Amino acid sequence: MKILVGIKRVIDYNVQVHVKADGSGVETDGVKMSSNPFDEIAVEQAIRLKEAGVAHEIVVVSIGEAEAQEQLRSALAMGADRALLVHTAQAVQPLLAAKILAAVVKREHADLVLLGKQAIDDDACQTPQMLAALLDWPQATFASSIQVGDGRAEVIREVDAGLETLSVALPAVLSTDLRLNEPRFIKIPQIMKAKSKPLQIVEFAELGIADTPSLRVLKTEAPAGRQAGIKVESVAELVGALKERGLL
Amino acid sequence: MSNNILVIAEQHGGVLNPATAKTVACARQIEHQTLDLAVFAADAAPAEHAAKLEGVGKVIWLADAGYAHPTAVGLEGRILALAQGYTHILAPATSFGRDVLPRVAAKLDVPQISEIVAVESARIFKRPIYAGNALITVQAPPGIVVGTVRANAFKPVTESGAACIEKHETAPDQPEHTRFVSLVGGSGDRPDLQAAARVLAGGRGVGTQAGFADIFKLADAMGAAVGASRAAVDAGFVPNDLQIGQTSKIIAPDLYIAFGISGAFQHLAGIKDAGVIVAVNTDPNAPIFEVADIGLVADLFEVIPQLEQALSNRAG
Ligand SMILES: Cc1cc2nc3c(=O)[nH]c(=O)nc-3n(C[C@H](O)[C@H](O)[C@H](O)COP(=O)(O)OP(=O)(O)OC[C@H]3O[C@@H](n4cnc5c(N)ncnc54)[C@H](O)[C@@H]3O)c2cc1C
Ligand SMILES: Cc1cc2nc3c(=O)[nH]c(=O)nc-3n(C[C@H](O)[C@H](O)[C@H](O)COP(=O)(O)OP(=O)(O)OC[C@H]3O[C@@H](n4cnc5c(N)ncnc54)[C@H](O)[C@@H]3O)c2cc1C
Repeated sequence: MKILVGIKRVIDYNVQVHVKADGSGVETDGVKMSSNPFDEIAVEQAIRLKEAGVAHEIVVVSIGEAEAQEQLRSALAMGADRALLVHTAQAVQPLLAAKILAAVVKREHADLVLLGKQAIDDDACQTPQMLAALLDWPQATFASSIQVGDGRAEVIREVDAGLETLSVALPAVLSTDLRLNEPRFIKIPQIMKAKSKPLQIVEFAELGIADTPSLRVLKTEAPAGRQAGIKVESVAELVGALKERGLL
Repeated sequence: MSNNILVIAEQHGGVLNPATAKTVACARQIEHQTLDLAVFAADAAPAEHAAKLEGVGKVIWLADAGYAHPTAVGLEGRILALAQGYTHILAPATSFGRDVLPRVAAKLDVPQISEIVAVESARIFKRPIYAGNALITVQAPPGIVVGTVRANAFKPVTESGAACIEKHETAPDQPEHTRFVSLVGGSGDRPDLQAAARVLAGGRGVGTQAGFADIFKLADAMGAAVGASRAAVDAGFVPNDLQIGQTSKIIAPDLYIAFGISGAFQHLAGIKDAGVIVAVNTDPNAPIFEVADIGLVADLFEVIPQLEQALSNRAG
């Protein structure tokens, strides 16, 4: 079984993001970039499936600028076999990302696609579902447990009402939630080894994807801040302050 | 311009999700000619409830026992069939809406606007990015507008309406490849976290599952829902459906009290729209105090019993 994993280069989750003064976007100059944390969870899951003998190859794919090779290399260091960068300088919204991934899935004949449930930059939560629809494949999103066997995946999903279990036939698209696993720590020798693993760059234009409608971003602004609050010294004072506000 | 809006309602176990009334509120802010609501449900109750939502012109009730546990793939085709003739399709940005609507958008070859928090015009909307650290204003391209609505950014519409209900006996298009196996409810009969007016939340500082029992007890006394930080969920103190934050539930209660939560921005993203934020934390430098309206530097285990006491004094 061949697993394809999507990896998005995003501003590191520890960085406090600031909106540019001119409203043209958020500050990215000199800001630390990392793999989307949900994608690292997806890579970890793929490696565990390979270690369990369920998968034979893991291909990691990123879409974006040349710098995303960094994130692909760290996925290779974690244990992925091969990497592919679909190179483009344009902003890639989820619908386009899904079309690109669909083209790659077809080229690669992947049996399973693992993506993050959401990218922590745009918080769109769309790409996996769109990809599944474009391929007419089943989907199981927000996975906190994945069991693969007999050509199917049994997935426990984190939904608002609790934990839902779905059984989907492969090929399928699954998206990962936080509790699925804890990504492994990368050791130095693995980083060295990853340097010699194959990383192919495909130009976006080569994929022959038609013009895709996208959202126009008119403005980026900082959200209204909250007023500074008060400190109270005791529970009695807290109760008083809540009563004053009509909350108790 | 005459817009025709279709809102996809969400129901669970025959109960209409409160996020539906808030999604209708968002839809009403878009200039329109018709505003219809599609309800996928085995029984009539959610459709009847939906018909009362102010501003709804017609409820399209798709009736089948298979809708007790709909899957995204099972709904996709039905929603696409309904989409004909509408200019906008909206659904709440709950796990339900997030699961199905992007499939619909992809099939219609249009982008989806996720987590709409404000309507500027029929095609221009605001949505948060980076855990709410920035807001973008986006314009939809020509074609049908598909969007999920951050329910707590809108006040629910009243239940003063009396829309007609159009019943369709249609089963979900459930392909063999996807099978629903089970649903294990996490938090049972407690007040709904996303709809409750008061929320008490605990973090890693609560320390144990037993520590959360105290929070549940206080919540019962206050008629509050209980929430948690991711660290508390990861530690196994409470089930995951209580998690609040960027990558989980976004809430907007009138009162939110954080016990032993540090205030990482992934958590704060979920409570930004709360009316009053109270923080109880032993660490005076915890970032939660930067957003709290009322802060108390204290041990939560001393504060909770005192709050209970204060409440019972008031009651007695
Ligand atoms: C400030 C700002 C301004 C923007 N301006 C524009 C603009 O002017 N024009 C425009 O077209 N877009 C713009 N965008 C959109 C931007 O390109 C989005 O980040 C992009 O659409 C993808 O959304 P997402 O990653 O949140 O998708 P999600 O659906 O949340 O991603 C889920 C998963 O899909 C996979 N995935 C998604 N993207 C990739 C990728 N590139 N490579 C590999 N895997 C991937 C990953 O596994 C990821 O975890 C802007 C965004 C921001 C934040
Ligand atoms: C991709 C990603 C997504 C995430 N999404 C979310 C999300 O959606 N929601 C979320 O919550 N987190 C999320 N996180 C995690 C987030 O970054 C923080 O790790 C988490 O919110 C911390 O939880 P906490 O405040 O309970 O724990 P800690 O940061 O450990 O804080 C515990 C606090 O308790 C206080 N304390 C200890 N003992 C007591 C006592 N007796 N009385 C009073 N106070 C006490 C301490 O002073 C401390 O401030 C995400 C992280 C990642 C990487």
